[in-house]
Amino acid sequence: MVAWLSEAQKMNHVESHEEASTDRVMFGFWIYLMTDLLMFAALFAVFAVLRNNTAGEPSGKDIFSLPFVLIETLILLTSSFTCGLGMIAARNKDKAKVMLWFGVTMLLGLIFLTLEIKEFSTILHEGHSWRDSAFLSSFFVLVGTHGLHITSGILWLAVTLRYIARQGLNHHKIRKLALISLFWHFLDIVWIFIFTVVYLMSFIN
Amino acid sequence: MMLLIAGYLTYKKRWKWLWKEWLTSVDPKKIGIMYFIVGGFMLLRGILDALMIWLQQSLAAGASHGYLSSEHFQEIFTAHGNIMVFFVAMAFIFGLINYIVPLQIGARDLASPFMNTLGFWLFVGGVVMVNMFFLFGGQYAATGWLAVAPLSGKEFSPGVGVDYWIWSLQISGIGTTLGAINFIMTILKMRVKGMTLWKMPAFTWGSLCSMLMAATIFPILTMTLFLVFFDRYLGTHFFTTTAGGNAMLYSNLIWMWGHPEVYVLILPAYAIFSEIVAVFSRKPVANYKSNVFGLIGVASLSLVVWLHHFFTMGSSADVNAFFGIMTVFVAIPTTVLVFNWIATMYKGRIRLDTPMLWFLGFAGVFAIGGITGVLLAVPSIDFQLHNSLFLVAHFHSTVIGGVVFGVFAGISYWFPKFTGFRLNERLGRYAFWLWIVGYFMSFVPMFILGLMGASRRLDHYDASTGWQPFFIVSLIGGIVITAGVTMQVVQIIASFIEKKRLMDTTGDPWDARTLEWSVASPAPAYNFAALPDVSERDGFWAMKQTGLQKPTYEDIHMPKNTASGIYLSIYAFLTGFGFVWDIKWLIIVGIVGMIYTFITRTFDEDSEYKIAASDVEKSEQEHFVKMQEVEKSRDQSKIGPEYDMGLSDFIKIVWKWLLGLARHKK
Repeated sequence: MVAWLSEAQKMNHVESHEEASTDRVMFGFWIYLMTDLLMFAALFAVFAVLRNNTAGEPSGKDIFSLPFVLIETLILLTSSFTCGLGMIAARNKDKAKVMLWFGVTMLLGLIFLTLEIKEFSTILHEGHSWRDSAFLSSFFVLVGTHGLHITSGILWLAVTLRYIARQGLNHHKIRKLALISLFWHFLDIVWIFIFTVVYLMSFIN
Repeated sequence: MMLLIAGYLTYKKRWKWLWKEWLTSVDPKKIGIMYFIVGGFMLLRGILDALMIWLQQSLAAGASHGYLSSEHFQEIFTAHGNIMVFFVAMAFIFGLINYIVPLQIGARDLASPFMNTLGFWLFVGGVVMVNMFFLFGGQYAATGWLAVAPLSGKEFSPGVGVDYWIWSLQISGIGTTLGAINFIMTILKMRVKGMTLWKMPAFTWGSLCSMLMAATIFPILTMTLFLVFFDRYLGTHFFTTTAGGNAMLYSNLIWMWGHPEVYVLILPAYAIFSEIVAVFSRKPVANYKSNVFGLIGVASLSLVVWLHHFFTMGSSADVNAFFGIMTVFVAIPTTVLVFNWIATMYKGRIRLDTPMLWFLGFAGVFAIGGITGVLLAVPSIDFQLHNSLFLVAHFHSTVIGGVVFGVFAGISYWFPKFTGFRLNERLGRYAFWLWIVGYFMSFVPMFILGLMGASRRLDHYDASTGWQPFFIVSLIGGIVITAGVTMQVVQIIASFIEKKRLMDTTGDPWDARTLEWSVASPAPAYNFAALPDVSERDGFWAMKQTGLQKPTYEDIHMPKNTASGIYLSIYAFLTGFGFVWDIKWLIIVGIVGMIYTFITRTFDEDSEYKIAASDVEKSEQEHFVKMQEVEKSRDQSKIGPEYDMGLSDFIKIVWKWLLGLARHKK
């Protein structure tokens, strides 16, 4: 990723129309990620304010299972690693490896998503819904928003891989992969914060 | 009105033209003008709402309860606030930025032309949504323009009004975020060679600060609206009164967006004044760097003052003091800007054309708004004046004096660039004076009423308060302002009638300093036939001093028009509409449609076309020849503003036209 960015930096000096536009798109996507980060920041603030407003319903300590969440976390981190490997393959224009590594990334993303849905359904089955307390509302919405992002990342990746399978790698596709991997790493970082603020910190008090 | 336009288009068989040349256009100049048109119509609607509020308040004293029910009155002031801020002020500011910024930085289009058309159409989606209840019944939100919690919850507002409010703001707000990202990219990455940040024109600086702020705060609005929506639709408890919800959290979130939002509007307006004062004093912007730091200072300070909107809500004294002091600090960079404008005028050769008049009007009105703002920033005073008409008069002074006058100044300044001919000066002056007189007549009584204890959003009061005469004066002031707006409509029509005489043949009618005046009026689709080489701050001024060089033409790559923005916005609208009325299948259609359109668009790799160098040269030549013919054919002795038609001439022309029409029919 760093190599890619410094390359994008160098492109400033190249006059090529296409490369200049790649530079702009990358920059614009960074700004988009910052706006997305602010949305998560708002949700984190909301969660921080409402985390103790359990209204007689269970608190985080009662419904979370740390080992389960740790597995989720490890899966997501691994997917970021395979995503990086895929990006190296894309730099080398190695179509087969791109399909392999991004395919693995997608698969890990799907497993993560399944686990998250399983966690939600367990909590719901125990009779605790987002309607019950402000804490549960903010938990479901914060973690759910992250899950929705993961879903759209998987969808985006699936469509891109399908296009690559059909049309091969060109600079448009490589650019798209670079954007997706930025997005994926970004979601990884947000998850680290969710893991810390939502899950780990509920066990402190 | 809409039917008339539709009928005309069908009659002239112009639908296809409208679709191909305008609606699907990705040209920021055309999108800018479409913003003006939508904003103009919404201005008329917003003023109508204001008149209804004024009329109710001047009638409803004592035994009389006026002509509106409480509920209806509340819906009207909510709609008035939403429309004026989101769909008038934002529309005009975005219109100006769209048209002018690329020209000022020497760019041929935006960083992402598609995102721009998408942003515009999402904005239109919001406009349609806010007017939806006319068509489908139901009602609009009766909760105030920011839908305070818990009043906006399902428990206290069970109808669809708040849902219309949510989706109208949500759809247009996402459009604004996209627009902001796009303009940050454009300004930071697409400046012409030689234009460093410290050489950017003032308006571009103001736009950059404003867009950076918009990108910072609009995501918060988006999330907050989603949370209100979840509260209403899914039964969550973020801002409710039960199960641990926290209504004060809502106030914090919404004002974290809401306060900086007014600065998103005012920063470009400040920057417009910097441009205008420089050009009409025939001097460069004085203390350019401190001018920029003033803009940056206002932008950053305004992000940490949101709590002054609810000093009375029960924060501790220390918290109130902090936000009070930060609010007062905003006045410092603002004053820097004011002194820079004065320094620019000092020893300048000042011309009092309408743009400059609007600036002087701004200086007076905005000073009142600013001073009363500093008063309100003191928590102990705010405890007295909170939610009074004093507050209403204060923010109208800043928004009318600052944003509205700024936009009018900008439009009358850049009108020749938009259309190719300048505006009628004489009628413009009438409109200006009507606005000024109307402002003082309507808002000075409001300041007094507020000090007497009249609260805002009042649909009835006791006769013994003695407020009625003030409300009546205020209503008359409102009518004068309406006359001012009417005069502006007349001004634009009169300018179209006299188009040929007012034609701007040089592209530089004001002897201005920045790059947008170096191209023809109106600017060609590709903006610059040959990209300018900028070495100094006022690029065009420097070029004029050294003499203009003959350009060398090259092939130009331009983005193709696309309808995906419209389709995406339609699907977004359907999704929102589905949520308002809880129509499940419509929501699914909307979401699937959005995803599908977005994917097909982003994987479309063939989105550009080429204009050959020879074609560029040909069209530049054609324009030159055409302008020379205009110069030859018109009466050169009658070009100055002193020959502009007055109101009586205008009435005569319209009367004659109507008579002709009547005879024709017989």
